[in-house]
Amino acid sequence: MNHVTGKLLDIVAGWMGEPENAAYNIREDGLCAGRRSTANIRIETKADKPGIDIIVAPGTKGETAYIPACVTKSGVDDLVYNDFYIGEGADITIVAGCGVHSEGEEEARHNGIHRFFVGEKARAVYIEKHVGAGEGAGARVINPQTYIEIAAGGQMEIESVQIGGVDRTDRVTQAKLAQDARLLVRERLLTEGEQQAATSFDVEINGPGAGCDLISRSVAKDHSRQDFRSKVYGNAPCTGHSECDAILIGHGAVAAAPELIANHPEAALIHEAAIGKIAGEQLLKLQTLGLTEQQAEEKIVEGFLR
Amino acid sequence: MLELKNIRWSLPESGKEILKGVSLRAEDGKCTVITGPNGGGKTTLAKIIAGIKKQDGGQVLLDGRPLDGMDVTQRAQAGVGYAFQQPVRFKGLTVRDLMELAAGGALAEDAMCAWLSQVGLCARDYVDREIDASLSGGEIKRIEIATVLARKPRLAVFDEPEAGIDLWSFDSLVQVFQGLARKGEGSILIISHQRRILEIADEILVVSGGVVEHRGTKEEIFPLLFPGETKPAGCACPLERGAQA
Repeated sequence: MNHVTGKLLDIVAGWMGEPENAAYNIREDGLCAGRRSTANIRIETKADKPGIDIIVAPGTKGETAYIPACVTKSGVDDLVYNDFYIGEGADITIVAGCGVHSEGEEEARHNGIHRFFVGEKARAVYIEKHVGAGEGAGARVINPQTYIEIAAGGQMEIESVQIGGVDRTDRVTQAKLAQDARLLVRERLLTEGEQQAATSFDVEINGPGAGCDLISRSVAKDHSRQDFRSKVYGNAPCTGHSECDAILIGHGAVAAAPELIANHPEAALIHEAAIGKIAGEQLLKLQTLGLTEQQAEEKIVEGFLR
Repeated sequence: MLELKNIRWSLPESGKEILKGVSLRAEDGKCTVITGPNGGGKTTLAKIIAGIKKQDGGQVLLDGRPLDGMDVTQRAQAGVGYAFQQPVRFKGLTVRDLMELAAGGALAEDAMCAWLSQVGLCARDYVDREIDASLSGGEIKRIEIATVLARKPRLAVFDEPEAGIDLWSFDSLVQVFQGLARKGEGSILIISHQRRILEIADEILVVSGGVVEHRGTKEEIFPLLFPGETKPAGCACPLERGAQA
């Protein structure tokens, strides 16, 4: 593993060296830089395409698997397919995350295509942090695609954070929920300079008693631009909630297009959206506590994206 | 000590004069309460002291030092504390964040407890709560007051601190203001219509029609506010009194 990977891993996965007793797989510039399986979490190389299968045994409780990926130089266009099979009744955490570093003129790009099959009454927490680094003119690009199927009574929680440094991102998340399944997504996004980010959610709530909660908070600074699109389909007696809050700073721009599609009379779907600059009263309150306007703005953004 | 000298302020849009030369002194170790009818310019006066609004004429002095060239931040750093009448909500910032910003650094659990319990909140239940729409009007008002206490300001300005506070916690809040005044570490200026707050005032000023109409101790002012009443109930506002007469 090279030193750039070490730094990126620390940022995206809180990597402090090989975690004790935990399964992990480190991907560096398209290759495997380290792997460990455990008795309950098997990590296997795919035979037909680049990527891995992560197979969690039914009933596995309290374990964490680390699956970070790093692109450490310009000119790398990494494409990976990772499939996660979470066995019935398991309750685990997956720390993913992606760091892209560019020192040259060419793009550094990571395309992660992830599929999750969450078993009956299983729970998976997926923590994903994306970061771009390096001084190169080549763009840092991260395009994650996440496809999720949650079986009856299963639950998946996604914590997704991208705070600066990524020049372009196109994020796609699609999910299908069976009876009593739950999907919770908390997305945090900061763009600055000329960066662009597009994020889209398609959630089909197919089973009775199922529900999803999508919460997106974003900050668009300078001349950056973000596009948020969500489609929540209520195909059964179910609940769906999506929320998109965005703060504009400088000439940042945000377009939000939330869509709710209720195909069942017992589907209860809600969307909330708010886009605007920081309220003057918020700045004033923090200024009365002794912060400068600049410090107040930074504090408000920090809290908003936490 | 806060001193206001002949403060004048007009509505920028219409030019209508709201404050027509208000002068007052809020001495250290004393509790000064401003009351008067709505629309009389009380909140504007408080905002002028905090630097949120700029007066058209007159001077604001803290411990003899003019604050007029200072912005909101500089006045806060100079020792002005200001509790908003309608506290601001923040998505993402927690009670701990705001209290620590107010205190100027990390607060240990016992310190957090000490500040929040003064306003009737249990730190354990509140420190990690976001200051968003999930807090009730009364809760956010108490947190607002706690942030000003935690700053230990030379001058604390509370704009209608009673609004949204339930009767059960009101007594302890009055005690907080009383205790703050007795400490003598600074001066307290409260804008209020509440009789129980007026009762703890060392000096009451009735601001009406843009001027200080009356000033004096509660023994001097209460007969003007509540003529013929030994223990009147309800609002202390002179206009209301006029309507009832």
